[in-house]
Amino acid sequence: MSAVPNPKRLLSDSAYALIDREVAKYPSDQKQSAVMAALAIAQDEAGWVSPEVIDDVGSYLGMPAIAVHEVATFYNMYDTTRPGQFKLAVCTCLPCALRDGAKAGEYLKQKLGIDYNETTADGLFTLKESECLGACGDAPVLLVNNKRMCSFMGAEKLDALIDELKSSARSQ
Amino acid sequence: MGASDFRASLADVRSMETCFHGRHIQPQIYAGLNSPDGWHLKDYEARDGYKALRKILQEGLTPEQVIAEVKASGLRGRGGAGFPSGLKWSFMPRQFQGAKYLVCNSDEGEPGTFKDRDILRYNPHIVIEGMAIAAYAMGVQTGYNYIHGEIFDVYKRFEEALEEARAAGYLGDKILGSDFSFQLHAFHGYGAYICGEETALLESLEGKKGQPRFKPPFPASFGLYGKPTTINNTETFAAVPWIIRNGGQPYLEVGKPNNGGTKIFSVSGDVALPGNYEVPLGTPFAKLLELAGGMRDGRKLKMVIPGGSSMPVLPADIMMQTDMDYDSIVKAGSMLGSGAVIVMDETRCAVKSLLRLSYFYYEESCGQCTPCREGTGWLYRMVNRIEHGQGRPEDLDRLNQIAENIQGRTICALGDAAAMPVRAFLKHYWDEFAYHVEHKTCMVPAYV
Repeated sequence: MSAVPNPKRLLSDSAYALIDREVAKYPSDQKQSAVMAALAIAQDEAGWVSPEVIDDVGSYLGMPAIAVHEVATFYNMYDTTRPGQFKLAVCTCLPCALRDGAKAGEYLKQKLGIDYNETTADGLFTLKESECLGACGDAPVLLVNNKRMCSFMGAEKLDALIDELKSSARSQ
Repeated sequence: MGASDFRASLADVRSMETCFHGRHIQPQIYAGLNSPDGWHLKDYEARDGYKALRKILQEGLTPEQVIAEVKASGLRGRGGAGFPSGLKWSFMPRQFQGAKYLVCNSDEGEPGTFKDRDILRYNPHIVIEGMAIAAYAMGVQTGYNYIHGEIFDVYKRFEEALEEARAAGYLGDKILGSDFSFQLHAFHGYGAYICGEETALLESLEGKKGQPRFKPPFPASFGLYGKPTTINNTETFAAVPWIIRNGGQPYLEVGKPNNGGTKIFSVSGDVALPGNYEVPLGTPFAKLLELAGGMRDGRKLKMVIPGGSSMPVLPADIMMQTDMDYDSIVKAGSMLGSGAVIVMDETRCAVKSLLRLSYFYYEESCGQCTPCREGTGWLYRMVNRIEHGQGRPEDLDRLNQIAENIQGRTICALGDAAAMPVRAFLKHYWDEFAYHVEHKTCMVPAYV
């Protein structure tokens, strides 16, 4: 780390406070253990893990940017390109597929007019095909923005979810 | 089939919670759970919670006595490998000066498995108590619970439970006035199946890519931050308080010899009522299927993956003769694994089922070992072309060869996990694969 404190930080004070709380969980010489949490906190605030976010998290934790980049690109819930306002990750693994998980994905493709890994033109929705979410008993399941697990997502509930998200969207 | 003519048929026939159905047999971990709000400390104490930890600290049980009790119980690791837990605990160096670590593996991402999610959201304190007891037995002062990235609400719930336990003096310095101190923290993963492998999980906890380490050295000598570390599955820790309260021998007697206690089976797929079912080890599969409401829509059972997607598939006639315990399932030709029971009916195509499994391992290979990195892609592409009518007659033998060349030739078990389903599907459903190649279409009329 440079001796001169970084004058410009990317994130809010409350984000750094959350990161500090994570750092405190580990031995004082093991701050790197907090990098995954720090990236998640940064992604929540910045909307994605940009190269600037990677640099900032690296300098905050005293890690080389390349080590942060390795983590950000290895774990698949980090978005290293900017997604739509709502990222929908539908599980299509075998246990879910046996209970209409793949059909839920196809339904969303038709409804939103996009394929997997695409974003709607209005920037609202990004659709992802997800690997196991660990909720196979609730199939079809999907995850909104890494945080909100939605269970038993038949066509009616998918319609309601899309309507709800649209009405809660912030203006672009 | 049009995309709009489906609905989640279960949503209106039962509550959202997959473990509140009351159809467990002699439950120990899910016992008394019936409300989404019943997870708090006071509720857990009303279910005899923290009595085992009190017993140890107030009656002065020694660490050796605790480990002896766990050994006597026959408890085996519930995460997949089935290794005897008491023995694992005894590997921790007792005289080691300096930090040692205890880690709970809640990175539940094996397709078909969703039992730890229900333990953590509806009974988090049972895991905290189990970990505190384990820490006492092994002389550990710091622990981490590594929680699957995709279940954020469960991670938050566990953090709240930790706060309750700290405030009540069950965690922290000088627990319940004794000389025993234990700090426990939650860690949130962020989407990598491989981190369920214990050394990949340790790498991830250290803030790195989750790529498995070569063993030996084993974590008991070189684990987190290079220090002695023991890692157990969530359900394993959750089994410990009952054992200490009631004794190892009674626990063993709930199951059968070498297979003590209850096991939670996550039943998914073509059953009437998917969900988590806690039953004594050794319960017949036929009974488990009955608890899960039998086959959906009265269809016929075709095949079952009895231990999570990595384990070999077994045909219906073998499964219907099999008991659900570690040794019986091995005898039947598969493994108990994580206890995820994926049930498939007569309308399911073996090729299409294997295709989605193969894609999973291709997607989740960490890329470290060549046989797995290259082999999983090769397997997936070949199954994909067979499924889509472009298979060649020699593909079937080649699939077996590739699988054989992955298995046992990688640092961790993900390679084996990718290979075993391929070999088992070919072994039991060769005709279906051959039919796909020859007729460029499926012999099963309706598929996944």
